[in-house]
Amino acid sequence: MNTFKSIIKNNIRQYGMLIALVFIMIFFWISTDGILMRPVNITNLLLQNSYIIIMAIGMLLIIVTGVVDLSVGSVCGFIGGLAAVLMVRHHFNVYVTMLICLAIGAAVGAWNGFWVAYQKIPAFIVTLAGMLIFRGLVLWLLNGESVGPFPEEFQRIASGFIPDVFHYPGFHLTSIVIGVILSIIIVFLDYRSRRNNQKYEFEVLPLPFFIFKNLIVVSAIMGLCYVMASYKGLPNVLILMGVLAVIYTIITNKTVLGRRIYAMGGNEKATKLSGINTDRLSFFCFVNMGVLSALAGMVFAARLNSATPKAGNSFEMDVIAANYIGGASTTGGVGTVVGALVGAFIMGVLNNGMSIMGINIDWQQVIKGMVLLMAVFFDVVQKNKSGK
Amino acid sequence: MSEVILEMRNISKTFPGVKALDDVSFSVRRGDIHALVGENGAGKSTLMKVLSGVYPFGSYEGQILFMGEERHFKDIADSESVGIAIIHQELTLVPMLSIAENIFLGNEPRKNGIVNWHEEVQKSKEFLKIVGLRESPQTLITDLGLGKQQLVEIAKAISKEVKLLILDEPTASLNETDSEKLLDLLVEFKKHGMTSILISHKIQEIKKVADVITILRDGATIETLDKGRDEITEARIIRDMVGRDLTHRFPPRESIIGDSIFEVRNWNVFHPTHSDRKVCKEVNLTVKKGEVVGIAGLMGAGRTELAMSIFGHAYGKHITGQVLLHGREIDVSSVEKAVKNGIAYATEDRKSLGLVLIQDVKTNVTLANLENIKEGMFIGSHKELNAATYYKNKLSIRCSNIMQKAVNLSGGNQQKVVISKWLFADPEVLILDEPTRGIDVGAKFEIYTIINKLASEGKAIILISSELPEILGVCDRIYIMNEGKIVGEMPVKDASQEKIMERIMLTQEVMG
Repeated sequence: MNTFKSIIKNNIRQYGMLIALVFIMIFFWISTDGILMRPVNITNLLLQNSYIIIMAIGMLLIIVTGVVDLSVGSVCGFIGGLAAVLMVRHHFNVYVTMLICLAIGAAVGAWNGFWVAYQKIPAFIVTLAGMLIFRGLVLWLLNGESVGPFPEEFQRIASGFIPDVFHYPGFHLTSIVIGVILSIIIVFLDYRSRRNNQKYEFEVLPLPFFIFKNLIVVSAIMGLCYVMASYKGLPNVLILMGVLAVIYTIITNKTVLGRRIYAMGGNEKATKLSGINTDRLSFFCFVNMGVLSALAGMVFAARLNSATPKAGNSFEMDVIAANYIGGASTTGGVGTVVGALVGAFIMGVLNNGMSIMGINIDWQQVIKGMVLLMAVFFDVVQKNKSGK
Repeated sequence: MSEVILEMRNISKTFPGVKALDDVSFSVRRGDIHALVGENGAGKSTLMKVLSGVYPFGSYEGQILFMGEERHFKDIADSESVGIAIIHQELTLVPMLSIAENIFLGNEPRKNGIVNWHEEVQKSKEFLKIVGLRESPQTLITDLGLGKQQLVEIAKAISKEVKLLILDEPTASLNETDSEKLLDLLVEFKKHGMTSILISHKIQEIKKVADVITILRDGATIETLDKGRDEITEARIIRDMVGRDLTHRFPPRESIIGDSIFEVRNWNVFHPTHSDRKVCKEVNLTVKKGEVVGIAGLMGAGRTELAMSIFGHAYGKHITGQVLLHGREIDVSSVEKAVKNGIAYATEDRKSLGLVLIQDVKTNVTLANLENIKEGMFIGSHKELNAATYYKNKLSIRCSNIMQKAVNLSGGNQQKVVISKWLFADPEVLILDEPTRGIDVGAKFEIYTIINKLASEGKAIILISSELPEILGVCDRIYIMNEGKIVGEMPVKDASQEKIMERIMLTQEVMG
C-alpha cells in the first residue's frame, strides 16, 4: 500500500494533467449527453485545435529556452493571407505556394531570432513588435478583406481524411490498422526502455503498473481510431500532428540539440561556458517557431477556406497557455511536447464542451482563465512539496 | 563571568530522513563574539534558522531562552522584534534602491503615511558612521562593492536596535582588506556591548576575533572552546570539525613535470563596458605537462578575468595576444573553439555559471562534450550512463544516484560534478578558479587529491585561489598577479605566504 501511494505521488506530476484531461472529457461527455464523444465531434475537436497544437509544439522549444513568442498568432494570419494571395489572386501552384509559405515563415522566425539572439533585445518586446508588424502586413496584403476560396488540393490538408485502402463499407479499416501498428510500436518502445532501465538498476514502475499504463495508452489510441473509423477515418491533420509530436518528442528527449536547449533554459550562462553556442540555439528555436506558425497558418486558412485579416488573432495566448497548463516552467528548462499536447487538448475540450453546453463566450473565457491559473498553481504546490 | 544572553537547550530538528540537529545545546554570553564552526552540513545554518524563526516554534524540539525569557518565534519578524538580526551569506539588498532606502526597507520613518526622506537620510548617515562606511546615503547599492554592501547590511541590522547579530560567512566573498575591516568592526561593536555570532570557514579569522568557539559536527555540538581557558589551535579546531586528525591538510604529491605545453603571450584584455580600462596587461605565462601552476593575488587582481578571457573570450573586449598549445597557436575566440582546442575552465561561481542546477548529475557531466556520447543521430543513453557512472566513482561524487538533481548536492559534490564535466571534455589544460570556495575541509582535501591525480595523468593545471595556504600546498609553481599584471613568479619551494604578500604589496606601492 505504501509503495502504491509513493508511486502515485511520484507520478502525479507527470500524469496529473493527463488525468485532468480525462476527467474533463468524462465531465463533458456526461453533461453534453454524449455529444462530446460522437465521432463527428471528436473529428471536429481535432480539426479545430490542430493549428494550436502545431504552434504549441514550436512554442515549447521557445518556452524551454526561457522566453515566449507573442507574434505567432499574427504570423499565422500573415502566412494564411500570403497563401491566399499567391494561390487565389496569382494562381500559384499549391505545392509551390506551400514551400514559399514555409520559407517565409522561416524568414519571419529568423527576423525575430535575429533581434532576440544576436541583438539581445528581450523576446517579449521583439515578439510584441512582431505581433503588430505581421498583423499590419496581413491587413495590407489582403486589403482588409477576406480572400478565398482555395483550390481543393489545399483545403484537403486541413479538412481531408486519409484514403482507405480496404474499402470496407461504412467503416474506415485503414485507420484501425494504423492504430494497431502504432500501439505495437509504443508498447515495444516502452518495454525496451523499461528493460534498459532495469539493467542499470534504475527505478521502474512495478510490472502491474507498467501493464496498466500501457493498457490505458493502447485503449486510448484504439478508442480514438475506432471512433474516427466509424466516421470518415483519420483526418490528415491528425497524422500531421502525430508526426510532428513524434519528431519533436525525439528531438527534445534524444538529441544533442534538445539536450542543449534544455540546458540553456536551465542555466544559460553555464551552458554558454560549457562551449555551447546559446545564441545559435535561441535563433534556431525562433526559426523553427516561424516554420510551424506558417504551417499552422496554412492549416487554419485551409480549414476556413479563406484567409481573413483577423485570422490567428490571440492564438498566441492559447498556444502559450497550452504549454503552461502542460507543465512547462515560465523560467525555462522544463516542459515536454506531450505536456504541451495535453495542455492544448484541455483548452480544446473546454472550448468545445462549453460551446455544446451553450455556455456563453464570456463565461468560457473566465473558466479557461481559471483552469490556467489552477493548473500552474497545482504545479507550484507539487514542486514545493517535492522540494522539502 | 558575564550574563548569558542566549541559551538554546537540547535543540533537535528533523527533516524527512535526516536528523539535522541532534540535541544541540548552545549558549552565548552577552558582549562576546561567538564563533560557530563546522563542515558544510554540520548544522550551523539550521541552528541559526531555528534561532531566527525561519523554522518556527513547533517545528523543532528544545527550548530557546533569549535575555532570560523563553521565546517561541513564529517567523523572522518575530525574532527581529526582540533584537536578533541575521545577515545571510547571500545579501538581501535591493540593488536599484539607495543605501538609505535599503536600511529602512519595511521600516520607513513616516509622517502621515508619507515617507520622511529627510529623517531617513539623516538617520542613515548616523548608521553609516557607526559601521564606518563613507558613502552618501543616496548612493545606489549596485554601485557599491561587496564589502561595502556587507556594511550596509550591518547598518540595516543596527537600525533595528539589534542585540544579537548573526553573521553567516560574512567574509566568504570579501577580499582581505575588506574582511579585515569587517572583523575590526565586530571587535568595535563588542566594545559597545554588542553580542555577535560569527559563522565562518576561515579558521584564522575565527582565531583572531572570537572569544568563544563552538564546533558542530553532524548536527551535534562537539566542543566549546573558550579563549583564555582552552588552548585554541587550528589543528584542534580542524580535528573537531572533521572528526579525524588532518595532519596533512594537503595530500602529498610527487610531481612528474614534462615539457611546456601551454603558453599565453602578451595577453591584453579591456573591460567589457569601460573600454578604456585595461584589466589584463601584457600577461605571459606557461604551463608544463603534469604541472600545477597557481595564480595568487588579491580579489580584483584580474585573475578570473584573465582565465575567462583565455577561455574563449568569455570576458572582456579588444583582446590581443596569443595562446599556444604544444607550440602552435590556437583559436580561442569563442568558448566552443577553446573547448575544442583543449582548454577547460571550471568557474568560481559553480551555482550560477557552472551547473544547470535543475538537471541531474548525468546531464551536467556530459554537457560540455555531448558529441562524445552520440550514437548516430541520438544521444546514446548507455554511453551517457557509463560516462556519468565512471566519474561518479572516479571523483567519488556522493549522490543517491546519477539521476539526482545537481541542486540537491552539497557544495563539494557540486564542485566534483563541475570538474567531471570538464574531465569528460578531455582537455589538455584545466583552469580551476577557486575550486574549494565555500566547501568544507574534508571535501577540500578530496578536491586536492583529484588535482594531484589529474596532474599525474599529464594534464596541465592552472589553479586560481585566494587562499595562500592552498596555493602553497597544491602548486608546483606560482604566478603572482596584481592589478592585471603578472608581478612575480616563483617555484613553490622558494615561496611563502609572506613572500607572496610582499610581492603584491611592493608592486602596489610602486604603482600607487
